[in-house]
Amino acid sequence: MSPLIQSLLLVTAQVIVLLAVSPFLVGLIRKVKARFQCRQGAGVFQPYADLAKLFRKQPVISTTTSWIFTATPYILFASTLSAGLLVPTFTSQTPLNFAGNIIALVYLLALGTFFLILAGLDAGSVFGGMGSSREAIVASLTEPAMILSIFAIALTAGSTNLSTIVHKTALLEGIVTDPSPHLMALAALFIVALAETGRVPVDNPATHLELTMIHEAMVLEYSGRYLALIEWAAGLKLAVFLSLIANVFAPWGIATALAPAALTIGLVVYVVKIAGLAVLIGVIECMFAKLRLFRVTDLLGVAFILALLGLLFFYILRS
Amino acid sequence: MYILLIALILCHGLGLVLPFCVPRKPQTQGIVGSVCACAASLIGITLGLSGLVAPEPVTAIVASPIPLLAFAVRLDPLASFFVLTISLAGLAASFYAMGYLKEFHGRVSVAALAALTNGFLLSMMLVVIADNGFFFLIAWELMSLASYFLVVTEHEKADVRYAGFFYLVMTHVGTAFVILTYLILFQSAGSFSFEAFRHPEQALPDGMRTLVFLAALIGFGTKAGIVPLHVWLPYAHPAAPSHISALMSGVMIKTAIYALIRVYFDFLGGQFPWWWGFLVLLVGTLSAILGVMYALMEHDLKRLLAFHSVENIGIILLGIGAGMIFQTYGLKEFAALGLLAGLYHTINHAMFKALLFLGAGSLVYATHTRNMEEYGGLLRRMPWTGLFFLIGAVSISALPPTNGFVSEWLVFQTLFLSFQFPDLFLKLMLPIAAAILALTGVLALACFAKAFGISFLALPRSAHARHAEEVPTSMRIGMAIPALLCVGLGLAPMIVVPLLDRITAPLTGVSISDKVLALDGWALAPVNMEFSSVSPPMLAAMLILGGLLGLTLAFLFGGRMVKRYYKTWGCGINLSPRMEYTATGFVQPIKRVFSTIYQPTIKLETEFLQESRYFAKQRKFEFHIEPVFEKYLYNPVVHIFMRIADRLRILQAGSLHLYLAYIFVTLVVLLLFAV
Repeated sequence: MSPLIQSLLLVTAQVIVLLAVSPFLVGLIRKVKARFQCRQGAGVFQPYADLAKLFRKQPVISTTTSWIFTATPYILFASTLSAGLLVPTFTSQTPLNFAGNIIALVYLLALGTFFLILAGLDAGSVFGGMGSSREAIVASLTEPAMILSIFAIALTAGSTNLSTIVHKTALLEGIVTDPSPHLMALAALFIVALAETGRVPVDNPATHLELTMIHEAMVLEYSGRYLALIEWAAGLKLAVFLSLIANVFAPWGIATALAPAALTIGLVVYVVKIAGLAVLIGVIECMFAKLRLFRVTDLLGVAFILALLGLLFFYILRS
Repeated sequence: MYILLIALILCHGLGLVLPFCVPRKPQTQGIVGSVCACAASLIGITLGLSGLVAPEPVTAIVASPIPLLAFAVRLDPLASFFVLTISLAGLAASFYAMGYLKEFHGRVSVAALAALTNGFLLSMMLVVIADNGFFFLIAWELMSLASYFLVVTEHEKADVRYAGFFYLVMTHVGTAFVILTYLILFQSAGSFSFEAFRHPEQALPDGMRTLVFLAALIGFGTKAGIVPLHVWLPYAHPAAPSHISALMSGVMIKTAIYALIRVYFDFLGGQFPWWWGFLVLLVGTLSAILGVMYALMEHDLKRLLAFHSVENIGIILLGIGAGMIFQTYGLKEFAALGLLAGLYHTINHAMFKALLFLGAGSLVYATHTRNMEEYGGLLRRMPWTGLFFLIGAVSISALPPTNGFVSEWLVFQTLFLSFQFPDLFLKLMLPIAAAILALTGVLALACFAKAFGISFLALPRSAHARHAEEVPTSMRIGMAIPALLCVGLGLAPMIVVPLLDRITAPLTGVSISDKVLALDGWALAPVNMEFSSVSPPMLAAMLILGGLLGLTLAFLFGGRMVKRYYKTWGCGINLSPRMEYTATGFVQPIKRVFSTIYQPTIKLETEFLQESRYFAKQRKFEFHIEPVFEKYLYNPVVHIFMRIADRLRILQAGSLHLYLAYIFVTLVVLLLFAV
């Protein structure tokens, strides 16, 4: 098999895996929450049915809006999916590794956020504006922590390209002498993931109360297939962050070679790992209350400091 | 090349004279001046490109009767690059001016405006190609004066006069330090020629070199608009006509970046202690973060853009500063990378800032206001301006796959490579600078989401916006040029990087083009491919394919779409512009989170009805943020000067006898000295 065809197949496989697994994660979190609240809850595959139904529904579009409103779901979908292709999932030999490193990932996600903020403002409703304004501040505070935490890990592997980091860690090439910098970076990145994917304690995906919603407020005017794409993209973003955490901090089991057996094991291990993380998020959502918007600053400040300490520890331990 | 150079000067010369010679119709005068500037800019682009690829620097010299002064020019890659940048922005601005000058018909002399624009462009060109310190200073001063006269175009307005005065004072404080820089260099070199600066007869002692470093940083930094010397930008840039703002913000402040690189890497030979680079880095970080923070709070679109220039100068200096530190430690490849990142961002910022200022000019042209709270819904009325402004907004927010992303990515990589330093302090400081750069990037995103969202989306917020119309074709072409370049410079780093490498290679002594361009130029890497890589064309392809996949999936699952249009739900009442989120409201959370920096004062006065305190008759809301630098840094200095001036007033008593006595005393003192 020529390398090009091999790469194309791998990319297609990754696209399918990401698209397929993301509604499952959303369903799993909902299920865990329901069980904790002593409810039966909908099945874990409910989000697939929701998406299918939304796609078939007729979209209603506000007369106030411009082309930005209808273009945003596609841009958001494209940018989140592209970000997902930079993150290793079931194999550490991501063919698109060369296309971008962690900075590219952050800015691809930011592209989606930018258009989502615009779309929130476009309908002219005050809810959308409120959501956009809050999204802007949450995004501003998460990104420094995110970049520092990944950098702390990148130093061990000598690379900021995610696949290279994962590949080297999986083969234990970057020898970890002391896990404490990694643990701090992990904690920081986990907080960042909660904030970026709009989870409790930063945002609540289940709310439609104007005082509390952030992401939901921005997308309030969407319906039909546009909403389906946005929901799917939100699920994808969750999958991207969970893959990032799972594979960067615990790459074990990931396929380091492109053999069929290794790939199958990699796929199974990958789904188990991110499902585990999704359950953890579900548990956290049940244990904690949503923070007031201006308390989120403190939480994200903690994430930043943790990442910085991780970096400091790395240098001190090495010298 | 000589012919090109002469043609360039001739075209601008014609542009200086011709507008006054044609009949007194402002339209013809404006077009004549603009056509000359366009022609000169086209020549400038050719000149810049050929200078960049020329194997040897081209020099020319015209002797002058004044000692020490020689009209010497030299087109090395560094100068050519800035000639190219100036010409590209000049082309866009001159095209734009053909339509835009109509705004000034009957109010000011269009002939003078068109001629001064030519003079301004020419003086900038001379600044970057001058090869003699004296000549440089003359060009520098001409550039300052031309821009001053352009700033005060609408001098009948008091705030414009104030802005002009502020700018004039600040730029001359800067010029004083620039003169100091050159005088110190002259002392050791014995001549004002740049060649002598490079190879002085006796080497400068360390103390003097430090003084040159600091004087250049302050002098050129004032022009560049580094914090805390940035205070003039938000006054001067909005006051000028918009195509001039585009030139001032896009390229004039870059001449200072040119001069800094020239002095540090060329004259001082790239030999400096680590703290020089660190100071530049620190200044860059401060400028980047404070620039964007103050921009967020602005609702005057042009002032907002001016603050963003401070931010982007900061980003450029982050690249250059990191490069300087690498240079100190002998890591030449990374030094070249930092410099390359800074230069890449220089041309990128020139393009998107010119684009955004021209876009802002179009908005002012169509609505006659600079206040964003009075815009709204303009994307429907001005689709082209909206599209171009959006491209500019995406570029300045450094989002892929535009040019801003590529250069900021390179700056990030340079900062990350700091783990190579032997010093723990620097190892920690540079990643922190990277984190602050990340914060800057997202805040810029928030700021332009605000600027675009409030101005172009939702319902029109005023009658001005309701009746706005799309701008004429020439103005649209003027915006299309930088918009295309914003996309092009982002997608084609394989063309840009080798050209920039021709600049950095002689300055750092090492060529990195092959190492930065990985995979046949399809990807960029910070020298080391394994450390990181990015492929802007690939990212663009991924985004397009991803969007197409979204469309396909939607069609596959949902079939053909029949949209239904209905008004936005306004909680039972009809939606009105007063219900929309305002720019002030949008940034309120940011203002609150960073209140230590803004120190906002909010005043809310409520007048109640006499009958009951439950019903308010009217409410008055005022909100200010503290201009910290003006209050704590500039006002005390101004105050001291005023007091000294008050004391010295005794000398100027108005008595003729006293003045004669002064002359006599001066003569005696001079004679004593002569003896």
